[in-house]
Amino acid sequence: MRAKVYVTLKAGVLDPAGKAIERALHTLGFEEAHDVRLGKYIELRVDGDATQAAGRLDDMCRKLLANSVIEDYRFEVGD
Amino acid sequence: MRWGVVTFPGSLDDSDARHALEVLGEPAVALWHKDRSLQGVDCVVLPGGFSYGDYLRAGALARFSPVMECVIRFAADGGLVLGICNGFQVLCEAGLLPGALIRNRHLSFICATVHCRVEETDTPFTAAYSQAEVLALPIKHGEGCYVADAETLQGLEDNRQVLFRYVDAAGRATEDANPNGSLRNIAGITNATRNVFGLMPHPEHACEALCGGVDGAGIFRSVRVTLSDGLPIRTASVPPGL
Repeated sequence: MRAKVYVTLKAGVLDPAGKAIERALHTLGFEEAHDVRLGKYIELRVDGDATQAAGRLDDMCRKLLANSVIEDYRFEVGD
Repeated sequence: MRWGVVTFPGSLDDSDARHALEVLGEPAVALWHKDRSLQGVDCVVLPGGFSYGDYLRAGALARFSPVMECVIRFAADGGLVLGICNGFQVLCEAGLLPGALIRNRHLSFICATVHCRVEETDTPFTAAYSQAEVLALPIKHGEGCYVADAETLQGLEDNRQVLFRYVDAAGRATEDANPNGSLRNIAGITNATRNVFGLMPHPEHACEALCGGVDGAGIFRSVRVTLSDGLPIRTASVPPGL
C-alpha cells in the first residue's frame, strides 16, 4: 500500500519558518497569501491491506512521525 | 560518584562534557548509543549536538536508541539525568520532560553568551547556587524555543519546575533578554520528581576561566553535593501554604 502522511503544526504553535515564507511571498508580490504554515509530507509503502495499514500508520504517527505536543497528523492510504 | 556521558551519532559536546567533569575532578565514563547498560553511573549526561542529524525532529530518533531505554528506566527509578541542548530535546521527545523545542523565533542559529536566573535551588541540579543568582552561560542552537500548552506551562510554574529563565544582566526576564522566543523565557526545566533536568544553555562550556567563565560548574557541583550530602532544604523557595 502506498501511503501519504501529512504532519502539520498545531494551531497556536509558533511557526517562524511559515512567517518567513509569508514575508517572502509578499515581497514577490503575492500579497494575497496569508497564514502560511510549514509542515512535513512523508511518502511510504506499507505492507498489508488498507485497514491494517491505516492502523499501523496511526501507530507510526503517534510514536515517531509526529510529536503530539506541537503537531497534528493525517494520512491517506491508497494504491 | 560516577558520571556517564552518552554519545549518539552526531553528538558534538560529549567530549567537552567529559572534559568539564575531569576539570571539576569528577570521574566520567563514556556511554555509547548502542549500550544496553549504564555501567552503574549515578548521573547520566545527554550532551549537545545533532544526534542522528536532527532528522525528522531534533532528538526524535535518538529517543529510540538502545541506551535511551536504559536512561528511561533509570529516570523512572529516580536516577539523575541531565540533558544539555540536544540532550534537552531528546528528553522532551522521550517524554521525560514536558513540552517541545522548536525553531528559534528569528530562525537564525544563535551562538552567544546569555544570562540565566536560577529559579529554584531545592533540586539536585541547582542546590549549589543561590536563589535568583544570575549566571552567564553560552548558548548555541537553532531549535531552542521552548513551547508547551497553557496547562502544561501553568503546571510547571505551580510545581516550581522552571529552574533556569533567560534574563538580562540585572536579572529581569524581559522580552529582549529572551534569545529564542521560549515561552515565559524558559531556559531549563525539571520533571515533577526533580530528577531529570533539561536546559538549552551549555554549563559544560562554562567550567573553566579559560573558556570565559565558570558559572556552569554549579550544576555539576550540585549533583555531587546532593549525592554525597543529600538535598539541602531551602524553605525560602517554597511558596506559602506548602
